[in-house]
Amino acid sequence: MDQNTRFLTETVLRISGVDPRKCMKCGKCSGTCPNYDAMEYHPHQFVSMVENGLIEQLMNSNAVYLCLGCMACVERCPRHVAPGKLVGALAQLKLRKQDGNHKGGNDIAAMADEKVPQQLLMAAMRKYRK
Amino acid sequence: MPKIGVFVCWCGSNIAGTVDVEAVSEAMKTVPGVVFSTNYQYMCSAAGQKMIADAIHEYHLDGIVVASCSPRMHENTFRKTAQAAGLNPYMVEIANIREQCSWIHKDKEEGTRKAIVLAKAAVAKLLHNQPLQAGTSAVTKRCLVIGGGIAGIQTALDVANAGYEVDIVEQRPTIGGRMAQLDKTFPTLDCSACILTPKMVEAAQNEKIRIISYAKVEKVEGFVGNFRATIRKKARFIDENKCTGCSLCMQKCPSKKGRDEFNMEMNNRPAIYIPFAQAIPNVAVIDPEQCIKLKSGKCGLCEKVCSAGAINYQQKDELLEREYGAIVVATGFRPMDPSPLNELGYAENKDVITSLELERLMNAAGPTKGTLLRPSDLKHPREIVFIQCVGSRCDENTNRGKPYCSKICCMYTAKHAMLIRDKYPDTNVHVFYIDVRTPGKNFDEFYRRAVEQYGVDYIKGMVGKVAREGDKLMVRGSDLINNRQVEIAADLVVLATAIEPDPSARSIGTMLTASMDTNDFFTEAHAKLRPVESPTAGIFLSGVAQGPKDVPETVAQASAAASKVIGLLAKDHLVTNPCVALSDELLCNGCSQCEKVCPYGAITYENREVRGPGVREVRRVARVNPAVCQGCGACTVTCPSGAMDLKGFTNQQIMAEVDAICL
Ligand SMILES: Cc1cc2nc3c(=O)[nH]c(=O)nc-3n(C[C@H](O)[C@H](O)[C@H](O)COP(=O)(O)OP(=O)(O)OC[C@H]3O[C@@H](n4cnc5c(N)ncnc54)[C@H](O)[C@@H]3O)c2cc1C
Ligand code: SF4
Ligand code: SF4
Ligand code: SF4
Ligand code: SF4
Repeated sequence: MDQNTRFLTETVLRISGVDPRKCMKCGKCSGTCPNYDAMEYHPHQFVSMVENGLIEQLMNSNAVYLCLGCMACVERCPRHVAPGKLVGALAQLKLRKQDGNHKGGNDIAAMADEKVPQQLLMAAMRKYRK
Repeated sequence: MPKIGVFVCWCGSNIAGTVDVEAVSEAMKTVPGVVFSTNYQYMCSAAGQKMIADAIHEYHLDGIVVASCSPRMHENTFRKTAQAAGLNPYMVEIANIREQCSWIHKDKEEGTRKAIVLAKAAVAKLLHNQPLQAGTSAVTKRCLVIGGGIAGIQTALDVANAGYEVDIVEQRPTIGGRMAQLDKTFPTLDCSACILTPKMVEAAQNEKIRIISYAKVEKVEGFVGNFRATIRKKARFIDENKCTGCSLCMQKCPSKKGRDEFNMEMNNRPAIYIPFAQAIPNVAVIDPEQCIKLKSGKCGLCEKVCSAGAINYQQKDELLEREYGAIVVATGFRPMDPSPLNELGYAENKDVITSLELERLMNAAGPTKGTLLRPSDLKHPREIVFIQCVGSRCDENTNRGKPYCSKICCMYTAKHAMLIRDKYPDTNVHVFYIDVRTPGKNFDEFYRRAVEQYGVDYIKGMVGKVAREGDKLMVRGSDLINNRQVEIAADLVVLATAIEPDPSARSIGTMLTASMDTNDFFTEAHAKLRPVESPTAGIFLSGVAQGPKDVPETVAQASAAASKVIGLLAKDHLVTNPCVALSDELLCNGCSQCEKVCPYGAITYENREVRGPGVREVRRVARVNPAVCQGCGACTVTCPSGAMDLKGFTNQQIMAEVDAICL
């Protein structure tokens, strides 16, 4: 693992509080995920990619944006791993890098229309308010 | 001053790697009382023991200190060596310089210093040791088996066939346990009842075995060789000696709303019932919650139809007092309730069932007479999904189930899948799994047969959601190998639920002071070397009560437990531990605190004339029964007046050790 990858991995593990070694590769998270088909990588892969030094690949994938933040995978993981929190942490890191160009709560409310699912709104708030 | 010898063991490199054993034996030569000190590679070997015996003779030693491994390991060995050389075995002290020193330290200098301190403490204690004489106690030649599943039955048969009496106490109206509920058994697929029933009958016919069914052990007192148990035999409102098991009463009983426990409550049974046709004892029982006569005084139909005159509505619980030399715990298991895992929809959907429920659905004596029909609409399921590891292998920080692998579910799921594909080739069977664990003789071959010969579709991944859509159950899960999410429209979903100890296990453990793990399985005395004994003397473990097992393993363990029981009952007398509590009547003020803390009920009080300097009066003082006392020491630390002392571990001895370490 090069230095940058190591730094990134450590940061993400620290922010998310996830211990990837606890994962037993059961796939419960990916069996649960409601947005599975849209994402390039899937919850169980988040965990093994971070563990195996592929964090940048994950960070540059659409999974970071398409995770709904519904926390179903976190709720049901039998090993207390919380894969959803990993992409959550990655999203935060990306947004922070962009020098505070994030949206405030009011901006989001203005952008939302009736068709936006409530879940997505919640997830957006969670992400963009950080 | 007593003459003491010190023997420092290297334990190969186990001790010598971190402790300078030469320096330790040298240092000990200067300690007052020590007349001889040496070190050797393996003190426990024949050569090492001879070295000890020779030194005892040559230097006329009064006591020895062996600085070696934990006393749990070899204290007995060295006591025997000393005794053979003419010393009292209680004039031996062990300084544990392995587990408490070399294994936990890295720095050799520090390790050596600590080893010297520990050896000095042992010498300080030994200077206050008194020779002790072990007593004996008689052995009651009868065994109590708690739980009448295949484990309890096998143990009972083996003990009885060796010529000893056995009582089986079973909480349900019949013996047989879970195995009686199974349809066919892996890995040979023989019918469960066909192999179990002959054993049940054999137990019933064996004149050394007494089956006490529909009963509970309420109290156990005493100690190894001399247990006294109180057993509550619940009223079944039937005279067991008269009932012929004709089951006419079952047909006539108008109250038919009892839940049939034997069929996993998938159908109803009458208020008066025999759990299943091959039940032992084959006598009826009345469920007082359901019986109209017992609830309101009306009805009484069964009494009218019973030609044997066996019905007795006045019957009361009966208390039996029995004595035993050994007790075997064979309390087994139950499947975990999967309702809290709400994504699987067990509570809402009748067609989401557990594997044990499936066993009943496939059994010829079950609610569907052996035809596989799904519970909701009694249609043939054409698409069946099995989910493994439900509630097993979960991290403790989740509330999703047990941390352990239930061990039997991979195999019984393969069995179920194979049996269904065999009987109903037009039915598709999918199995979601994490790993398929098949480490048994012919087990992997069995599983491969399910895949290769019967075409069972094994999907590596777990199910995230089961939801009803019309008359289908939509099962969404991951397929990790193909990196996709799959959705299956199923007719029936079967959960291979974790197994957990019988809910009564904890109270039995407390009653017997037998230790248990955090999951309420009974703990063995040594995980590798004493797998069928509890650390509490005289208590033995059989079957799933000790941990998840299939039938072959259960039977093997049950016979192993029986051989331990036989070994115990074959003795006429047991040597008792002389390290028991003793109360100094001059100091005792009869406050009764020690009685409250004694877990073995060894302490009583009596009015006795006490004589001493300036005292001569009749006083209430504590008396310890040395045959019952286990030497746990609870009373000695509780006694506010310092009257209670433990032989072999007196306050004086312990203070001497502490001083040697701290001063
Ligand atoms: C769905 C399923 C399928 C299986 N299929 C197979 C198979 O194909 N092949 C195989 O080898 N194994 C199979 N097994 C495993 C098998 O059932 C067990 O190995 C076996 O039943 C263990 O026997 P036991 O006597 O230890 O426990 P149990 O069968 O549970 O018996 C314990 C007995 O003790 C009684 N008891 C409990 N507490 C008390 C108390 N306090 N006082 C008095 N009595 C008490 C209970 O009522 C019960 O009768 C299967 C298990 C399940 C769940
Ligand atoms: S559910 Fe948990 S243990 Fe299972 S694969 Fe996902 S992160 Fe790993
Ligand atoms: S939190 Fe994200 S990854 Fe997890 S289940 Fe929800 S959408 Fe999928
Ligand atoms: S008396 Fe009770 S058990 Fe007997 S037939 Fe009536 S309801 Fe059934
Ligand atoms: S035996 Fe198989 S199904 Fe059962 S918990 Fe273990 S791995 Fe899971």
